[in-house]
Amino acid sequence: MHALLGENGAGKTTLMRIAYGLEIPDRGEIEVGSESRTASRERLASPREARALGIGMVHQHFTSIPAFTVAENVALAAGWRETGRRAMSRAREVIDRLGLPLDPGAVTRDLSVQLRQRLEIVQALAAEARVLLLDEPTAVLAPPEVAELVNVIRRFAAQGGAVVLITHKLREVALVADRVTVLRDGRVALTGSVGAFDPRALSAAMIGDDPALAETRRVSDTAEHEPRISIAPADQEPIVLRAGEIVGVAAVEGNGQRELLRAIAGVDSSPPGLSLTVSGSVAFIPEDRTTEALIGEFTLVENQALGHLDRLPRWLDWGAIARDADAVIRDHDVRTTGSAVAAATLSGGNQQKFVLGRALGRDPEIVIAENPTRGLDIRATGAVHGRLREAAGRGACVLVHSSDLDEVIALADRLLVMHAGVLQELPRVASRSAIGDAMLGLSREPR
Amino acid sequence: MTTVAMPRAAPLGGLARTVIAFGLGLLALVLFLAVAGFDVAASLEALWRGAFGSRYAILSATLVRAVPLLILGLAFALGARAGGLNIGMEGQFAAGAIAATWVGVSVAGAPAAMALPATLLAGVIAGALWMAVPVLLRARFGVTEVISTLLLNFVAEAAVSWAVSGPLQESARTYPQSDPIALAARLPRLLPTERIHLGLVVALLLAIGMAVFFHRTRAGFALKAAGAAPEAARIVGRVRITPVVVLALLGSGALAGLGGAVEVSGVSHALYQRLSPGYGFTAIAVALLGRLRPGAIVIAALLFGALEAGAGAMQRDAGVPAVAVMVVQAVVLLAMVMGTRESR
Repeated sequence: MHALLGENGAGKTTLMRIAYGLEIPDRGEIEVGSESRTASRERLASPREARALGIGMVHQHFTSIPAFTVAENVALAAGWRETGRRAMSRAREVIDRLGLPLDPGAVTRDLSVQLRQRLEIVQALAAEARVLLLDEPTAVLAPPEVAELVNVIRRFAAQGGAVVLITHKLREVALVADRVTVLRDGRVALTGSVGAFDPRALSAAMIGDDPALAETRRVSDTAEHEPRISIAPADQEPIVLRAGEIVGVAAVEGNGQRELLRAIAGVDSSPPGLSLTVSGSVAFIPEDRTTEALIGEFTLVENQALGHLDRLPRWLDWGAIARDADAVIRDHDVRTTGSAVAAATLSGGNQQKFVLGRALGRDPEIVIAENPTRGLDIRATGAVHGRLREAAGRGACVLVHSSDLDEVIALADRLLVMHAGVLQELPRVASRSAIGDAMLGLSREPR
Repeated sequence: MTTVAMPRAAPLGGLARTVIAFGLGLLALVLFLAVAGFDVAASLEALWRGAFGSRYAILSATLVRAVPLLILGLAFALGARAGGLNIGMEGQFAAGAIAATWVGVSVAGAPAAMALPATLLAGVIAGALWMAVPVLLRARFGVTEVISTLLLNFVAEAAVSWAVSGPLQESARTYPQSDPIALAARLPRLLPTERIHLGLVVALLLAIGMAVFFHRTRAGFALKAAGAAPEAARIVGRVRITPVVVLALLGSGALAGLGGAVEVSGVSHALYQRLSPGYGFTAIAVALLGRLRPGAIVIAALLFGALEAGAGAMQRDAGVPAVAVMVVQAVVLLAMVMGTRESR
């Protein structure tokens, strides 16, 4: 089992896409198999060829078709000729063989995120794969589900399969991998057995120098601070969030945290059964920066205007807006050739730095952020975390949700867990497993 | 590791696209003429003569046709910039023409200071009302305006036929046409001997106004944002999308109605069938060639006005059917739509 690590844009996904026949390399060779069946050639022409050679891939984003049944999706991915009942029974055989419980007749759209992830793996393995490429498969999973995934991968490896796992999370490497390779700028920066390296060495190989450890904020007593947000479920004591706090929301995707955060941010209506009181100016950092936070074909200056539109006068002063945009670029170290370029030309990390800088530029009293570091590398993630801590230090009430539990734990002064629309507060010192159980609704600690 | 799926800036600059699209259109026309066996040089010469060859060609033909194309092109741009596609300008143009004729005939005896604005305003209101049905259907039930506005074109065409053979038919009751509108309701000519009228000034002022609206005002920026990325506009810009699109489409209809009123008031001075030789569709090509920017739409309207004017001369002098210039229009449309990766 081989882990592939690297910063954003280091070339991990590209390398795997080449191995799967999706991208055409400029040069180099791909060898599949051992001395018995060597299929060496300059490149793979297509994913079909890759599958024929026993390579399966689980992509970062779901590739199953929501309207199809599980069996139909498996048949499609594996290239079976069977349809209907025959495909169903063949899919059942595969599912049993892999030991991944799934109902072959279920419609994919109705599956939970975890089950859809499981389906992706079944799809990849259905065509007798011997090599499995996994591109950040744990991004949407809670810890117990990650453990299950790890078991599946282990079993596959034990049966003679080879696995390449792309990940951002150093913890996962130690957890699952036998060997590790770190890519930097498209080149191998480090490779070898996992036991030979400690996390610091891996991290250093990824970004070139020792990363500053996430500094821990001194948690001052905020109990007397001004209340900013009050979330009151129908018949419970309200949860009050105060100025100067960073409050983390841990939840598996689809448990109502998105609706809650967006209702507090004022962009969607309140979910039923919750009464919200929000006092103060709100800055919202939506999850999807490319479709929700920025307009790609607009310039940074225009995007600056977009972010502050409700505060601008009727007649726009583009000179002043451009100065604001330049200030955001300067203060937040946004790498760009200027403020007059289209937002789409920036890398993901720089887009996010701009989005964050723009939102914090108004000195908001409340900051709501959804997955603020999704897809960012260590360096950019550190910058985003630093800015959120600064905002709290200036007295803002910061509410953050991340699908990455480590991020929530690292950032939060207080921890909220949401499961099936129900919010509960856990003590700051709760163990990872206690948090994981709460995220999955396995326990509900009395408040 | 997240792949960024944002629309990238077009590989070619906007102006280059416009020039290439128009060049391709002309090239297609030349090819068509050659393949169809016409004398290419003579045909193009006639086209040029009819469009720019004389004082009359410019001031009484090209510019006269450019006026409705400009107003309708701006109308399309207003809707399209907000993310609404008004394919029904032909219908709103007709509705505006009917209303303007009705008012223009009725105001006989009133002073021009009242008659003329009333006539034009009638067109504006009629165009907006004609657009109200598709807008309501979109806002309420999500019916795409592309279909509903297009279908209403046929209704408008029938309404004109009914009007000119019914309530608005001339007093003599001979031909399916209206009485001429009152002198006071007519847009005055800019030059005594040429047909170009005050409507040109109206259209140019509209273009300037729209440019200022788009570039300088918060409302115009919100409209562009709503059209470019509704989710980002709603979530980060706090723009209420539905009202913006509703107003933009109503404005588009109102402008198209004004186009019909200006044509009646400035050129035809009466209502009859086929008042528009497809201006409502040609104007879509005009707006796209102008990349939905008011300044560039002025140039595009001029080019297409010249083509329309030259087509007549080409038919007269070289025997080429006037519809041949539709080749240019079609190729320009295709080239511009292909050039922008998203059709909106």
